[in-house]
Amino acid sequence: MEIDPLIFRLSIFILAIFVGYYVVWSVTPSLHTPLMSVTNAISSVIIVGAIIAGLSGNSDSIFDTSSIFGFLAIALAAINIFGGFLVTQRMLAMYKKKKKDK
Amino acid sequence: MISANLSAIFYLFSGVLFILALRGLSSPETSRQGNLFGILGMIIAVTVTFLSIGNFSNGFVFVLIFILAGGAIGAFIAYKIPMTAMPELVAGFHSLVGLAAVFVAISAFLNPEAFKLGTPGNIKLGSLIEMSIGAAVGAITFSGSVIAFLKLQGIMSGSPITFKGQHPLNAIILSSIILLIYLLCSTQSPNFFWILLAVSFLIGFLIIIPIGGADMPVVISMLNSYSGWAAAGIGFTLENTALIITGALVGSSGAILSYIMCKGMNRSFFNVILGGFGATEETLSGSKNNEQRPVKSGNADDAAFLMKNASSVIIVPGYGMAVAQAQHALREMVDTLKKNDIKVSYAIHPVAGRMPGHMNVLLAEANVPYDEVFELEEINNDFANADVAFVIGANDVTNPVAKTDPQSPIYGMPVLDVEKCKSVLFVKRSLSPGYAGIDNDLFYKENTLMLFADAKKMTEDITKNLD
Repeated sequence: MEIDPLIFRLSIFILAIFVGYYVVWSVTPSLHTPLMSVTNAISSVIIVGAIIAGLSGNSDSIFDTSSIFGFLAIALAAINIFGGFLVTQRMLAMYKKKKKDK
Repeated sequence: MISANLSAIFYLFSGVLFILALRGLSSPETSRQGNLFGILGMIIAVTVTFLSIGNFSNGFVFVLIFILAGGAIGAFIAYKIPMTAMPELVAGFHSLVGLAAVFVAISAFLNPEAFKLGTPGNIKLGSLIEMSIGAAVGAITFSGSVIAFLKLQGIMSGSPITFKGQHPLNAIILSSIILLIYLLCSTQSPNFFWILLAVSFLIGFLIIIPIGGADMPVVISMLNSYSGWAAAGIGFTLENTALIITGALVGSSGAILSYIMCKGMNRSFFNVILGGFGATEETLSGSKNNEQRPVKSGNADDAAFLMKNASSVIIVPGYGMAVAQAQHALREMVDTLKKNDIKVSYAIHPVAGRMPGHMNVLLAEANVPYDEVFELEEINNDFANADVAFVIGANDVTNPVAKTDPQSPIYGMPVLDVEKCKSVLFVKRSLSPGYAGIDNDLFYKENTLMLFADAKKMTEDITKNLD
């Protein structure tokens, strides 16, 4: 009997939870705010679903109800992706070590 | 057009890059590189999606337009937002992830052919379950984050909103969600799908309103976690490994942060979620009439004198510092102290501020080197050897009652041992109790000098007096 592909995806999911668990525990507490903003940005990879949805209309009508929701989702996810990564970058640039020369 | 297998491998690759992005955050040096990995992962995922669709119809232009429009808004916000508003920003971003998940689910429900999930009214059972879970969690994330945002922004009162029968009502609504998913799957009727969404929006709203302002670190982390699970739900629907991996990462990240925050307050997760903390305790402290105990108060001159004669000073910042925007003034004061050869370090309680790591970001913004900033466990033993503790905008996290009085609502919460310092300077606007609604014993200690003023103004005045 063949294994349902769902089981493979479930395996990836479970293993990724464990990876996430160990990786996040190793994040230094002083970077917890950038951690939240970067997780925000990466969870917006949901944009791949939004793109498929946006392009789901046929050539006669680019905009049907389904693709309009797709386009809206694209815009929302794009706000998050650009906003999330850029604000993380901006925050991380501020973390500086003590200057050695006094 | 690239094959499904090849694009799956690329999605896996971008998932790995996202793991590396989080891994980078283990130290500030590697974090910037980590962020670049994240950006690269995103570019790969988006490019592969375009390539795998292949058919660049007219819609393609609109996809780009919406990406650029959203991107421009996002970039604008990212550059304009003040660091003190980080909690609001993150809450706002969570709401967008939630809403995007809902929209993708709606789109997939209306047009399952585009996602290869079957036909309308006849969607594959597995996909339908995954999609409805993704949509429900996304909707909860959205409305919950909107409430969190309103509370943080001060548009909505930060105090808990409770009413009779709240918990039974929530329990009924939560079980109705499960029932609706079951009905949706057995009938495939769009009506159940829309009701499911409406009910999920409602419960997200109801879950967050009873939770008070200072519990926001837990709430934001929890919503962070939800946004991850919503993304994972959609990832299963789309059979997309990048989304599944990311959802799992974000979900567990938010869960761990919630756990750390709860531990920082010595409260169970359920205690926070059920809410109402701080609403009942207020009456309790009012009856004790502690206000009449003697308090020593001083001015900037006294504070400057104490600090000038100290050899080491520990600074304890809290949410009040963020409200007063005092971080820059604080760093200037510390610079002056350092010029006088006084050793200065910062002590951060895990739940100081309104989100995990809030204080660290503000201090970094004010150019405080991160190796002068310490976590509770790292620095707590040093208070006994320090001359002056300068508490600015923190309150409950310094309250010794947490160690001494088993009756206190914050008993058992880890606190900074500020009272062990030779002298304590406590900047505060008034003697009013903190968030937990309990009096701080520290105010009445022999070695405490209260500085009643706005945190920023007081800090600036001290700096003037130090010269």
